Amino acid sequence: MIYIQIFLAFFIPGVLGYGGGPASIPLVENEVVDHYEWLTVSEFSEVLALGNALPGPIATKMAGYIGYQQGGVPGAIVGVFATVAPSLILMIMLLGLLMKYKDSPRVKKMTNLVRPTIAVLLGIMTIGFFTNAYEGIGIVQTGLIAVCSYFLLEKWKVSPAYVIGAALLYGAFFLGV
Amino acid sequence: MKQWHLFLAFFRVGMLGFGGGPSSIPLVHKEVVEKYKWMNDDDFSDVLALGNALPGPIATKMAGYIGFRVGGYLGMINAVLATIIPTIVLMVLLLTVLNTYKDKNWVQGMASAVVPVVGVMLGVLTWGFVQKSQNSMGWKITIILLAVSVLLLSVLGVHPAIVIGALLGFALLSRNPGQEKQVKAS
Repeated sequence: MIYIQIFLAFFIPGVLGYGGGPASIPLVENEVVDHYEWLTVSEFSEVLALGNALPGPIATKMAGYIGYQQGGVPGAIVGVFATVAPSLILMIMLLGLLMKYKDSPRVKKMTNLVRPTIAVLLGIMTIGFFTNAYEGIGIVQTGLIAVCSYFLLEKWKVSPAYVIGAALLYGAFFLGV
Repeated sequence: MKQWHLFLAFFRVGMLGFGGGPSSIPLVHKEVVEKYKWMNDDDFSDVLALGNALPGPIATKMAGYIGFRVGGYLGMINAVLATIIPTIVLMVLLLTVLNTYKDKNWVQGMASAVVPVVGVMLGVLTWGFVQKSQNSMGWKITIILLAVSVLLLSVLGVHPAIVIGALLGFALLSRNPGQEKQVKAS
C-alpha cells in the first residue's frame, strides 16, 4: 500500500512537470507535504536544501530520499522509477511521432501554457518557506539570511553548495542556542 | 568498453551538475558531442527539443535516450543509473546522519538557517518561470494565466494536476494558430 502511494506521489509530478526537474518541486511538495503528510514544510525544506547543495538532478534526489524514508530501499526504487520511467518510456516509444511534431506550435503551446501555473505553484511555495522561517527564527534572521544568500547566489554566482554549507554553519553556531 | 564510457560520461554529468537537471544540459553536450562524439550538434539539439516536449526531469530523459542510442536497453539503464545513483546515495546518507542528531540544538539551528536560503532559490526560480512565459507569450496572457492559476490553486484549492491537465488539453484541442505561423506574442 505504501509503495502504491509512493509511486503515485512521484508519478504525478513526473508526468505533469513541464520544464525539467525544478518544475516538479512544487508538485512533489503538494503530494508529500499537503496530501500524504509524510513531511512537514520545514522537513521538506531540509530535503530541498540538501538536494540543492548536492550535484545531479533534483527530482530524482527528492524521490530517492523521500521514497527511502517512507519505504526503505524498495521505497527509494519505487519513487525514482515513478519519476524517471514514464517520460523516458514515452520518449523512446513515441520517438518517430515526436520527431515530426517537436516544432509544432501545439507542442510549444503546451509548454508555454503550463509555465505560469508552475510559476504560481513555486511562488506559493516560496511564500510558505518565508512564513515558516519567520515563525521559526523571526524577521531579522530571516531577512539577513535571505539577503545574504540572494547576493551570494545571484550577484556573485557562488555555487549553491557553498551557500548552503555557510548557512548550515551559521545556523549551528548562531541559531542553535 | 562502450558501456563503461557511457557510465563514465553520465557519472561525471551527475556529479558536476549543480542546480538540478537543466543546468547539466551543457555538461551532457560536452561529454556526448565533444568528448565521445556519439552524436553531432544537430542530433543533440533534436534530443533536447524532444526532451522538452515531454514532462518530467530533463537529465534522465537525455541520459536514457542517449544511452539507448549508443548501447541499447542496457545502455539506457546504465546511463540513467550513472546519472542519479551517486547523488541519491549521498543524499540518503547525509540526511540520515542529520536526522539522528535531530534533537540537538545545533542541528535545529542548521535546519532553520537553511529555510530562507531555499526560499530565495525558489523565489529566483519562480521569477525565471514568469520571465520565460513573458518572453514566449507576452505580459497580457502571462498575467491572465497567473491570475487564473492563483485563483484556482490558492483560493479554490483545486489540485495542480487538474489545472495542468486542463491547460494541456486546451493546448491540444484548440485550433492550430495558423499552420506554421509563429505563435502570436501580443
